Parts: sequence; structure tokens; C-alpha cells
Amino acid sequence: MKKLMFLVGAIGLVFNLSAQKIFTKKGIVKFTASSSAEPIAGKTNTAASVLDKTSGNLEFSLLVKSMKFEKALMEEHFNENYMESVKFPKAIFKGKITNLSDINWTKDGKYSAKISGDLTIHGVTKSISTTADLVIKSGKVDADAKFNIQVADYKIEIPSLVKDKIAKTANIEVIASYENLK
Amino acid sequence: MKRIYTIFLIAFSIIIVRAQEDMLNLLGEEKTIDYATASFKTTRIINTLSIENNSKGVLDFKINHRFGPLNGGFYNLFGIDQAFVRFGFEYGLTDRLNIGVGRNSYEKVYDGFLKYKILRQSTGARNMPISLSYAATMDYKTVKSSDIAYLNRNWLRAYYTHQLLIARKFGEGTTVQLMPSLVHRNYVKTKAEKNDVYLIGIGARQKLSKRVAINVEYFYNLPNQLASSYVNSLSVGFDIETGGHVFQLFFTNSSGTDTRNVLTETTGKWLNGDIRFGFNVSRVFTVYNPKIKE
Repeated sequence: MKKLMFLVGAIGLVFNLSAQKIFTKKGIVKFTASSSAEPIAGKTNTAASVLDKTSGNLEFSLLVKSMKFEKALMEEHFNENYMESVKFPKAIFKGKITNLSDINWTKDGKYSAKISGDLTIHGVTKSISTTADLVIKSGKVDADAKFNIQVADYKIEIPSLVKDKIAKTANIEVIASYENLK
Repeated sequence: MKRIYTIFLIAFSIIIVRAQEDMLNLLGEEKTIDYATASFKTTRIINTLSIENNSKGVLDFKINHRFGPLNGGFYNLFGIDQAFVRFGFEYGLTDRLNIGVGRNSYEKVYDGFLKYKILRQSTGARNMPISLSYAATMDYKTVKSSDIAYLNRNWLRAYYTHQLLIARKFGEGTTVQLMPSLVHRNYVKTKAEKNDVYLIGIGARQKLSKRVAINVEYFYNLPNQLASSYVNSLSVGFDIETGGHVFQLFFTNSSGTDTRNVLTETTGKWLNGDIRFGFNVSRVFTVYNPKIKE
């Protein structure tokens, strides 16, 4: 029995060691909901992300207020009227790479990672899935993913007066260059 | 022994699960400065300047309408027959420094102001309980005086107002602004009237929904400074925001639209129904785009 416990402990230790997590604090998240009336685009480069190479677990988090727009008024409306960033300061994604076996973290190359998980925006959590391009070069991992969300799914109301000016589907692009977590 | 093993296993798996849940916590919380934004819908509470600035490169075109007194009765359609108007432009030279010019039809007044934001209310990495701005306004009256010729001398027609705007946003929808103010008048009619008039102003806004807010604004004149016919200015109104426009609909006892008139020459008495309906329209244009850094 003692041996078994030791074994479990040893496995645990190995598991922890091999739990190679990579991270970034400078993830880029771009958002567009442009219509024919005017371009609507915001961007942040301070999104945080952690990716666990062993388990495939992936997390993303960004401060809604960090999204910058070219027009100051658009930024104010984004925070005040749509995202309510005082009430819901963060947008969070928690998910997993589902085809982990297809990715060889030690071999340089371009991989296609299938990702699915829960996206929380405006206090509403919805499951999404997308495909990310992973570029692995001498141990460094760069990721790029694009996906769409329906604005209405996240209970973000667009008043009828401006409904032609804002797209109902928002395009989101996520770009992350990961570093090793020490 | 088996029990211990089970406990160990459970504890171990809890640790793993926890580790997964808190993966982002490994990075630690980055402390950022969180500035209070959108304390008011626009750069005016009603008649007076609010703590809000136009951002750098934003031009704000304002049309302020003021009708006649409500107690004018049905004959004057409760004041609608009479109207004064101010056209004005405000511009954000920087996020902190705003300038503006305007022309008021009442007494043909030209006005200009500059407003500088000294402190910004914030939480997080830097705690600042209030926002503070300094505003300097000049009003220049050009209406001709036909009876007393010397009143047409230029230097008699200028009025200077200095204001501190001290604002705090409480929670999401409530903002209160205090405005210690000084109006210097180059000319007054009698010795009893002071050239320098001190006032305390208070303004507040409460959001009713995302796009509608109720605003109140009051200026208290310290005693024995004005002629007896003048009273304190009180205005109550709504802000309605529709995309690039902000509409302000309000009632006020001030007949003019310029700072000098509102602060020192308000004549209407609320209790007599001597109040006027007014509306301000604000439309912003992004004239210059500071590009987002790649």
C-alpha cells in the first residue's frame, strides 16, 4: 500500500513537471462589427492567455475597457451601452484543444488546432468552437484564431434606431505569441 | 490504509482540478489604472460645463435653444413664440484641454472658453476620488445700448468667469459635480452690485437607463452681490442619447444661454412659473483620428 501511495505521488510529481504551461500577457484581440454605414472595429493588445501543452487546456482573458477604438465616442458607447464594462469588466474564454494528438509541440511546423470551450462576454457564457493556426518554431508557439459570435447571444442589445449601423455578427480574431511559464 | 489512500487521491485530484481552474491566476493580476469615464453624457450638464471633455480630435457642434416663459400663457403658446439660440463649437485639443466658442442671440453675446482637466477620478493602480477641471469663460456682449452711449465702450462689455469643476462618479449611474465660481463683471449699474460675484454651483446626473439620464443644476449666489431682481439659476432636464447625438430637454429659470447670464443675470422665478423650456443638441464629429498603435 505504501508503495502504491509513493507511486501516486511520483506520478503526481511527473505530471506537474510535464505540465508545460505557456503564456502571454500581450495577446491581441481584434473585434469588428462593421456595417455598410460605418466601420466598427476595436482592438486590445493586453489580453492574457495560458495554454497547457500537456492537457490542451486553454484560457483567455481580457479587460473590456482595454479595447481601443479609433473614435472616442464609439469606445464610450461600446463600454457604456453595449458591453456594460463596469458591470462585466472581463471577457473570458476557457476551453481545450480537442485534437491534441495531432500537435507535436517539439517539432517545428504549422498545425491546425481544434478548440472548443466556453466564452463569457457581458456576463453570458456560450460554448463556441473554432480552429486555430499554430505555428511552432524552435519551441515557440504562435497562435491565430478567427471566429464569429452572434451579438444577440450574449444579451447585448442593439436599439432599433441604430440596428442598421451595427452588424449582428461580430468577427473576432485572436493572435497570441506564447512564452514559457517559469 | 485504504482510506488514507482514497483521501490522498481525492485531495490530489482536487489539486489538479484547482490548478486547471486557476490557470490564468498563474500570471497574477496586472494592476491597471481604471479611470471613471462617461460621468456625464456630454460636455454640458444643462447650461454649465460638465467635467466631461471631448477626446483629442473630437469636434462637438452644439445648438442650444431657449424658449420664452411658460407663464406667457396660451397667447404666446407657453413661450414657444419666443426663442433664443446659441450656436457653438467645442473641440478637444488634447484629452485634457478643451476649447470652445459660441454666439448667443440673447443680448448678442459671443463667448469662448477653455477647460483643462487637472485630475482624473480613478481606481486600481492609482486611487483618485475625484475629477477636477479648471474652466475659464469669457462672454462679450455686443448688443448696442441706444440710451447711454458710453456703455458701448468695448471694455465694459466683457465678463470673465473662473470655475473649478469638482466631480465624482458614484457607482455606474450617479455623478455629482461641485462648481465654486467667480464672475468678474467689468461694468455694473450701481455701487450695490459687485464687480466680482462668487457662487457655489452644484450639478448632478442620475442615469435612468443606458441612454437616458436626469440632470439637475443649481447656482447659489452668495448674498449681497447682485441687484435684487436677480435670482439663483435652477435647471432640471433629461439627457437622451442617440448614437452621435445627445439631446438635452430641460426647464430653467435663466433666459440667456451664456455663462454670465445664467450665473449672474437670471430673472425667472420657478414659483411664478417664470421658467422656460429649452433644448440642447450636441453632435460630435471625429475630425482627427489619433491612430491606434499597432
